[in-house]
Amino acid sequence: MRIAVRTGAGAPCPTTAAHEDIPVNVLLDHLAEFREGFIGTVWLTVASSVLALLLGVVLAGFRVSPVPPLRFFGAAWVTLFRNTPLTLLFLTIWFAVPQVFDFGFDPWTKALIVLSVYTSSFVCEAVRSGINTVPLGQAEAARSIGMTFFQTLGSIVLPQAVRTVLPPLSSIFIALTKNSAIAGAFSVTELFGWQKVLSDQGFAIAWLFLWVALGYLVITFTISGLFRLLERSLEVAR
Amino acid sequence: MTEVSVTKDAIPPGADDLVVLKNVNKHFGALHVLQDIDLTIARGEVVVVIGPSGSGKSTLCRAINRLETIDSGDISIDGKPLPQEGKELARLRADVGMVFQSFNLFAHKTVLENVTLGQTKVRKTGKAEAEEKARRLLDRVGVAAQADKYPAQLSGGQQQRVAIARALAMDPKVMLFDEPTSALDPEMINEVLEVMQQLARDGMTMIVVTHEMGFARSAANRVVFMADGRIVEEAVPDQFFSNPRSDRAKDFLSKILKH
Repeated sequence: MRIAVRTGAGAPCPTTAAHEDIPVNVLLDHLAEFREGFIGTVWLTVASSVLALLLGVVLAGFRVSPVPPLRFFGAAWVTLFRNTPLTLLFLTIWFAVPQVFDFGFDPWTKALIVLSVYTSSFVCEAVRSGINTVPLGQAEAARSIGMTFFQTLGSIVLPQAVRTVLPPLSSIFIALTKNSAIAGAFSVTELFGWQKVLSDQGFAIAWLFLWVALGYLVITFTISGLFRLLERSLEVAR
Repeated sequence: MTEVSVTKDAIPPGADDLVVLKNVNKHFGALHVLQDIDLTIARGEVVVVIGPSGSGKSTLCRAINRLETIDSGDISIDGKPLPQEGKELARLRADVGMVFQSFNLFAHKTVLENVTLGQTKVRKTGKAEAEEKARRLLDRVGVAAQADKYPAQLSGGQQQRVAIARALAMDPKVMLFDEPTSALDPEMINEVLEVMQQLARDGMTMIVVTHEMGFARSAANRVVFMADGRIVEEAVPDQFFSNPRSDRAKDFLSKILKH
């Protein structure tokens, strides 16, 4: 909305001469690319959030399961991916993994995999801490009427854990949004990459950063808003 | 061993034994909480387990549906030994009702849902049928009017009666009560005990860990007295309360029946 309002003042001068001085023009003249980058970031964030959430919940299930190999797998996954720098994971899947076996994934898919796997380790721990806040008696009661481990987890424990898990999950997904900027350095079309292309062309870097930052703010504010709505809607259901 | 062939065609001895514990041992670290427990409960029998705190009564109760694992010995229910954790154990647990000291009603489900959940998820009963049965059971324990409330909106006594209905909804062969009235205000104890007495009169097999000596006197077929992880004495209630044999039981009774 803000951009559209300013358009009235800045738009009549599309020539290149004054570009450096009018920050809005950098954005307006490259709006198509900016939009593409913005959508790229949104799409990458949403896709990796969904995948990370699914993976994280399954892993948390593993970590509290009565089967030792599953518990071990979950713990190993979290230890490995939570403690490795994200950039190193990007480098690994870009350069090391293809040397062993080339899956032929495009950059976007690779970025999706890295971001989901990395974030899933954090989601797993958030969900696990939520599970631990549900009194043990709830699971015991479920087991005592003959529910299996997965029924107990799915119908009794996880629904009661959701409320406690929401605030940390919101932080994790906001971090994921910002982490997706690393993908830009690996030639995935997203918001941060837009800035890189233009600053290489000599546009004023401070203004580019401002627009990029605003783009990220829109996404992260949306995430925290959504989570606040979710939290409020769950408050009544008790 | 020769008896086996002799009695093969007749009703085998102990055919009516529903819960059998043989030589059961369990440790919590250095604490030997169950020591060589032998206990047999017949179908339709009401057994009340009493004893000082830390004597292993609750652990015994929880071991019967394997909420506590045991270190050695055998536990079988209706002739079947307790299986390892998994689907088969889940099936067996569905036949063993359990009522907890802290009620443990599912906090995010309504009272009605608490009683239908096991039926639909475990017994795969249809929703309408499960609800009808749930309402019937809630009526039987006297909380039909609370069906659409959440557990937190109920008094302790009401919650515990819902918990009994939840267990009954599975048509259990035996009901385990782990100190069902210990977390209740005194005025609410009776409403729960009355439901339990009715159950006992209806012929339900019950194992009740409790401090309610009145209930033990009036409803139990047998009193099991435990102390320090052992079964010290077993007797019919009248005999146990009026004429305990062991010094440990005499000491315990003198302390609790004084007031």
